[in-house]
Amino acid sequence: MKSKSAAVPYLIWMVIFIVVPLVLVAYYAVTTPEGQFTISYISQVGEYTAVLMRSIWLALIATVICLFIAYPLAFIISRRSGNGQRTMIMLIMLPMWMNFLLRTYAWMTILEKNGLINRFLSNFGIGPLEMINTQGAVVLGMIYNYLPFMILPLYSVMTKIPNSLIEAAQDLGCNTKKILTKVLIPLTIPGISSGIIMVFIPSVSTFIISRMLGGGGNLLVGDLIELQFLGNAYNPNLGAAISLVLMVLILLCMSITNQFGDEEKGELLK
Amino acid sequence: MKKLFAIAAVALAMVGTMALPVSAQVTVEDPDYYTRFKGQGKSINVHNWGEYISDGGDGGMDVIQEFEDLTGIKVNYTTFSTNEEVYARLRNGGASYDLLFPSDYMVSRMIQEGMLNPLNFDNLPNYKYIDESFRNTASDPENLYSVPYTWGTVVMIYNTTMVDEMDLGSWDLLWNEKYMGEILMIGNSRDTFGIALKRLGYPMNPENQEQLDEALESLKDQKPLTQAYVMDEIFDKMIGGEASIAPYYAGDALTMMADNPDLSYFFPEEGTNRFIDYVVIPTCSKEQECAEMFMNFLMEPEVAAANIEYIGYSSPNTAALELLPPEVTENPLAYPPDEVIEKTEAWINLSDEMNLAVDRAWTDLLSSDEEYNRWLIPILMVLAILASIGINVTRAYRRRREKALYDSLNGTKTP
Amino acid sequence: MKWLSKSYVGVVMTFLYAPIIVLIVFSFNQSKSRGAWTGFTLDWYRQLFHNETILQSLMNTLVIAVVSSVIATLLGTLAAIGIVNMKRWQRNLVMNITYMPIINPEIVVGVSLMLLFVWIKSMGVAVEFGFVTLVLAHITFNVPYVILNVMPKLRQMDTSLYEAAQDLGCNPRQAFFKVVVPEILPGIISGFLMSFTYSLDDFIISYFVSGPTSQTLPITIYSMTRRKVSPEINALSAIIFVVVLVVLLAVNIHDAHKERESRMKARARA
Repeated sequence: MKSKSAAVPYLIWMVIFIVVPLVLVAYYAVTTPEGQFTISYISQVGEYTAVLMRSIWLALIATVICLFIAYPLAFIISRRSGNGQRTMIMLIMLPMWMNFLLRTYAWMTILEKNGLINRFLSNFGIGPLEMINTQGAVVLGMIYNYLPFMILPLYSVMTKIPNSLIEAAQDLGCNTKKILTKVLIPLTIPGISSGIIMVFIPSVSTFIISRMLGGGGNLLVGDLIELQFLGNAYNPNLGAAISLVLMVLILLCMSITNQFGDEEKGELLK
Repeated sequence: MKKLFAIAAVALAMVGTMALPVSAQVTVEDPDYYTRFKGQGKSINVHNWGEYISDGGDGGMDVIQEFEDLTGIKVNYTTFSTNEEVYARLRNGGASYDLLFPSDYMVSRMIQEGMLNPLNFDNLPNYKYIDESFRNTASDPENLYSVPYTWGTVVMIYNTTMVDEMDLGSWDLLWNEKYMGEILMIGNSRDTFGIALKRLGYPMNPENQEQLDEALESLKDQKPLTQAYVMDEIFDKMIGGEASIAPYYAGDALTMMADNPDLSYFFPEEGTNRFIDYVVIPTCSKEQECAEMFMNFLMEPEVAAANIEYIGYSSPNTAALELLPPEVTENPLAYPPDEVIEKTEAWINLSDEMNLAVDRAWTDLLSSDEEYNRWLIPILMVLAILASIGINVTRAYRRRREKALYDSLNGTKTP
Repeated sequence: MKWLSKSYVGVVMTFLYAPIIVLIVFSFNQSKSRGAWTGFTLDWYRQLFHNETILQSLMNTLVIAVVSSVIATLLGTLAAIGIVNMKRWQRNLVMNITYMPIINPEIVVGVSLMLLFVWIKSMGVAVEFGFVTLVLAHITFNVPYVILNVMPKLRQMDTSLYEAAQDLGCNPRQAFFKVVVPEILPGIISGFLMSFTYSLDDFIISYFVSGPTSQTLPITIYSMTRRKVSPEINALSAIIFVVVLVVLLAVNIHDAHKERESRMKARARA
């Protein structure tokens, strides 16, 4: 119990399956297929700046919308009774257990030109609206798939806020806006920051949603990577270089978000 | 969790009772040949195009099941959707396959790069059924590595209720702004660039970078008109009336037209591509003889005919053609008249540089139209690092100041 | 306010469930095409149960999930025990690396593991892409979840308990199994369940490391969505949904029951 040696099998595992693979990605990114050192692949990533920017932009939109949808919902749930909370959380997690490809596929049926929404609208003489194969559809797919990841961390910090605290603030003359900005938001910063991370990272690196809902004509960075390894443009070195850049970008974003969360938490604890 | 297992078990039990053996029993010429490996627990990994074998749907033959029943060899069957995907999977070196179905140009690329095993034609007695004109083709001139499976052309498929008749006839239809958002393009580089090149009056196999660049420009112009770049998703989209125009393979056009009578086709006047898809054995194969047995099975007249009937493509197998009804073999879409064939071009393997250039042009086409400074990402990274340092510094500073304030108020040191 | 929050919850729930309901409804549709309702049928369910590819991949998925989550739980629990006893800097280092598979975009994890297996294969070790690589990859992304679930329980545990047990005549092994394990069991169980579900649902990582011999259900679904889509896929999602619903309901009822019981006990004691 006192010994560190229990961790030895895992440490070996960790080196082989976590450290070595990442080293390999870095190695592929800076060598030619013949094994010579080169930075041409890394600099080639610059040509795909537009793809990276689009991925970041769409993922940001999806994250913000998720936050706005999830925040009130998590609050409402957290004010329910124990059983009510449990049921609601179960209802929110249930779709997550379905395979995400199936869920995304279902949206195709709904958004298509002859899909359910357009059929419905045509009864009123509206449409057909162009919904599938647009960037909006891609964002919708991201929101749909990752919304629970925003709700759950928010909910878990909000349940810890007692009703009495909010009532106290009300008694002390806070209006709704002030309760939100002075009490709720500062207390839920850790939930917000982990929710942002949990939605942003899978959104920015997704490679199926854009293909299924976006028509495949506007690649996201995940598609770009897949294209280089198992897709239509075999070039694993370039793929590794893009992966490396994506990884570094995300680690940076993460550390900033984390620091921000930490800072606020630090203040609260005083 | 226990429940989940219980349900899974019940489901599996149900399957066991429901699976009724429907065997149509193919008559083969030489049954002894096929039973050689029975009971040895052999298996082969077959990697085929999606929708490219008769799977027992629509009352046809379940080819894989028949083969397994006949030979006792288990078939692990997986699908791909473009030639380039197969190439990537194979080059990547991870997976081992025993049988692949690449097209002509990919066969010659694989031969050139030493990725294929030569076949033992003694194990392929049914090769006698293959039409002379499909032997020693350009992609495998010495006829060592490949056996033709099907052939076909790329045609334009359109929905008669949505497209004006006067707009038909040429590849220009794909660039017609009237049909903005209703056009589908093929989701692989060679077909899409081939079409653009042909329309510009160049050969479908680009000869130099300039031709490719010009094709890329015209495809970028076309991009706002296209709804999506897809492969077999075209079936659903064209049958369901989601899109009105799509270039695709003739055999699939036949299948779509059967499902949606509004669909029709034409051969573009500029000429089109004629492809042959082959069956090959890659070097990573561990069961060459079993794979050859499957190859031979695919050339059995009855099997080949069943496949052709199901997938709609054209057959190089003379004996199978005799078994097929005339409405199949005389269909001008599958077996076009000579004046169409004369204008077709076959894919050839490009040089390494051209292959790379096509890959890059393809990625470029799908990437974006917007221009960004290529330094934007590095700049963002530097900013992020600075921001992270900045937060740390201000936090340390603030903490120190607060501590000083606290100390001065209390006159004591905080722990 | 009450009706406002109720209708808000209703809207979000509609958003979450609309696609799933659409999938289920259309699994009973006679027509092969999406969108048009032509009549009720159970044919797709019948065909699904004859579809050997789907059944085989369902089997593969279950086996891989069980094997990988069991191994991950063992490995992760031991690792957590070792890590807790490490020096601070060692612990920080190991934990930061452990976080990598969780925070890294899945596609980067998938690509890096694929490169690893290709590299190992090129060194002459016979790893075939398929069952083995899938299990190894799944263990790799599952272990961190086990560690993260077990660590807090270990921290909460009073270390003197273990010493006391030894003082009372237990050998280290007995002390470990009789004292430590029961204390951290809830963490181990939730780590196992998390691993199991992640493993069942994983697509992106599996996509990169799977081979021809063992396709998991998500990979099969992916190749189904890339073809002429058959409503069998809808039937499959309906079945998955019902199974998940039943499991979650059972867990939920069990939880509620337990809570009521403990409340009753507390009342009885009072």
